[in-house]
Amino acid sequence: MSASGPNPPGAPQVKSLNCPGCGAAITLRSFNQAVTVVCDHCHSILDAQDPRLAILQKFKAATNDYPPLIPLGTRGTIRGTPYEVIGFQRRTIHVDGLPYSWGEYVLFNPYKGFRYLTEYNGHWNDTSILRSLPIVNDDVSPPTVSYLGETYRHFQTAKAGTSFVLGEFPWQVRVGESADVSDYVSPPRVISSERTGKEIAWSMGEYISGADIWKSFGLKGTPPERIGVYENQPSPLSADTKTIWAMFACFAAILVVLLAAFSILASSEQVFSSDYRFDPNAKGEASFVTDVFELKGHTSDLELTTTSNIDNSWIYLNCALINQDTGRAFDFGRELSYYYGHDEDGLWTEGKQDDTVTIPSVPPGNYYLRVEPESDGRGGIINYTITAKRDVPQASFFGIALLVLLVPAGLITWRSISFEHLRWAESDYAPMTSDDDDDSDDSEKPTTLGTI
Amino acid sequence: MTQPVANCPNCGAKIVFRWSSSVQTVCEYCKSVLIRTDIDLKKVGQVADLPPNSSPIQIGTEGIYNRQAFVAIGRIIYEYDLGTWNEWHLVLNNGSAWLSDAQDEYVVTFAAPGRKLPGECRVGQHYTWDDNSYAVTTITKAHYRGVEGELPFQYWDKQDVVFVDLMSEKGQFATLDYSDDSPVLYLGESVDFDQLSLKNLRTFEGWS
Repeated sequence: MSASGPNPPGAPQVKSLNCPGCGAAITLRSFNQAVTVVCDHCHSILDAQDPRLAILQKFKAATNDYPPLIPLGTRGTIRGTPYEVIGFQRRTIHVDGLPYSWGEYVLFNPYKGFRYLTEYNGHWNDTSILRSLPIVNDDVSPPTVSYLGETYRHFQTAKAGTSFVLGEFPWQVRVGESADVSDYVSPPRVISSERTGKEIAWSMGEYISGADIWKSFGLKGTPPERIGVYENQPSPLSADTKTIWAMFACFAAILVVLLAAFSILASSEQVFSSDYRFDPNAKGEASFVTDVFELKGHTSDLELTTTSNIDNSWIYLNCALINQDTGRAFDFGRELSYYYGHDEDGLWTEGKQDDTVTIPSVPPGNYYLRVEPESDGRGGIINYTITAKRDVPQASFFGIALLVLLVPAGLITWRSISFEHLRWAESDYAPMTSDDDDDSDDSEKPTTLGTI
Repeated sequence: MTQPVANCPNCGAKIVFRWSSSVQTVCEYCKSVLIRTDIDLKKVGQVADLPPNSSPIQIGTEGIYNRQAFVAIGRIIYEYDLGTWNEWHLVLNNGSAWLSDAQDEYVVTFAAPGRKLPGECRVGQHYTWDDNSYAVTTITKAHYRGVEGELPFQYWDKQDVVFVDLMSEKGQFATLDYSDDSPVLYLGESVDFDQLSLKNLRTFEGWS
């Protein structure tokens, strides 16, 4: 104000007036910005712009039925700006004949204006009026709106009626009046349109935790517990899902590099190979020992491959890899069987003529194999070859490692999908509402069975 | 800035013009509406005290819009069925603009002459000016409720006027003012309070 002016108006003050309905004190906290104010004593809705506070409507309600969780007059800071709670309304929608109610708090700052907090089942949103028009796309299902480059999916449209009011409002509020409210979600945000008559008001809410509100408004006790999943509640897992798959990709890439490096570095050297002939019908001791072969270098795996000419028969090789110097033995048995024939489905085969086994961590030294073959003799004489390879890369270890990594990634993804399922179950796009009813019937059956 | 000085033809008080192009001002003392002529000031009427209003802006409030400093030098208060709003007359280096304050929602607009304008419109209709598409969001019947300070035109004692507000999908804002015989278009945008870096604001009891 220019200092030269006469009688500069003083700082606007909070006004105290009396309700023309019952005489109770009315506090006007918004310095003439409010359009209506409600007497909390007699529930008269008053014209806040009228110095005489003309009564616009009276409604019946037991105030104590719906006390605001944040008392009027409480101040708190939202995004760095102090706000005072000056109004509260309870709004109700009906879905399948059942009422669902939520609370809306009007917040005021004399410089920044109005802002809103909404609360449903312990889920809170910080809401402000949009300053540009969202672009509605009705051609897709569900319809979407885009706003500042972000796409919001339609969640629900319902007729929301005002069922209880308290304090001041920047618009003409009446109990019993309703508006068509549509919500479009892109967690943690929600864009809502409210249609009254021809005009549409757009607002945007952002999910905030009750604990944050309790802290910033200095409220006593604890905020109401969250029930269910709310339409724009951010999934606690969606960020995790992205992170874990990124981590999975990293580890998988590392594994592939390691596998490639091992394949290149591994010598995969053949250290032994010999052909044998086994006649199951021959008398006498079938077991024998092989020539000694040397395993050089460091402790590593040894891959033993047996190939045979078995033909509708089997051979069992009871083997031991024995260190000539220390006498330490690695015992193992391998069965090869190979059968084939014809039946009504055509040609069938079962088993294989060859077999590979890996003995891990074999120290260097001089080794030989003791082999004891067995068979039933119906297949005649069996020719077979045993080959030993040193230091063979094991792709299977990498496969197992990959599977182990996949477990947490898969688990978190699955939980994230379940969360989204719970969210959309409350929307206009819930999969078959009537089936849900059936499900609840079904869910009782196991209980009955359980008691039998 | 040298400011032209004159005396109120009604009460003799000193009248200071902050902007050389102002056409009208209101004497702070006797509330006479004064029109500038080539020679002197002419009293054309008198205004009543302003209604209670809680805009945080006042005559002399300074700010910055688009890196240009401005100062509020006048205002018109309109009243409609939901209360009042303010149109603050801003002076920038190179002209004037309007800062509308409706329940602390702020919009800066500039007069945009020379565009093709509709004679009347309905909510939801689309119009394109300067390659931006605007949709009609509200049509407000209002009446003049008060005037203060310097204005770029004669404006006082008007009766009912119709304003059509339009919004674009990119945050632009347009107003069609039907107060005169031919409509006048104002183009601008919604602005955040903090964005304007306002100084010399009013104070509110209990708020700092």
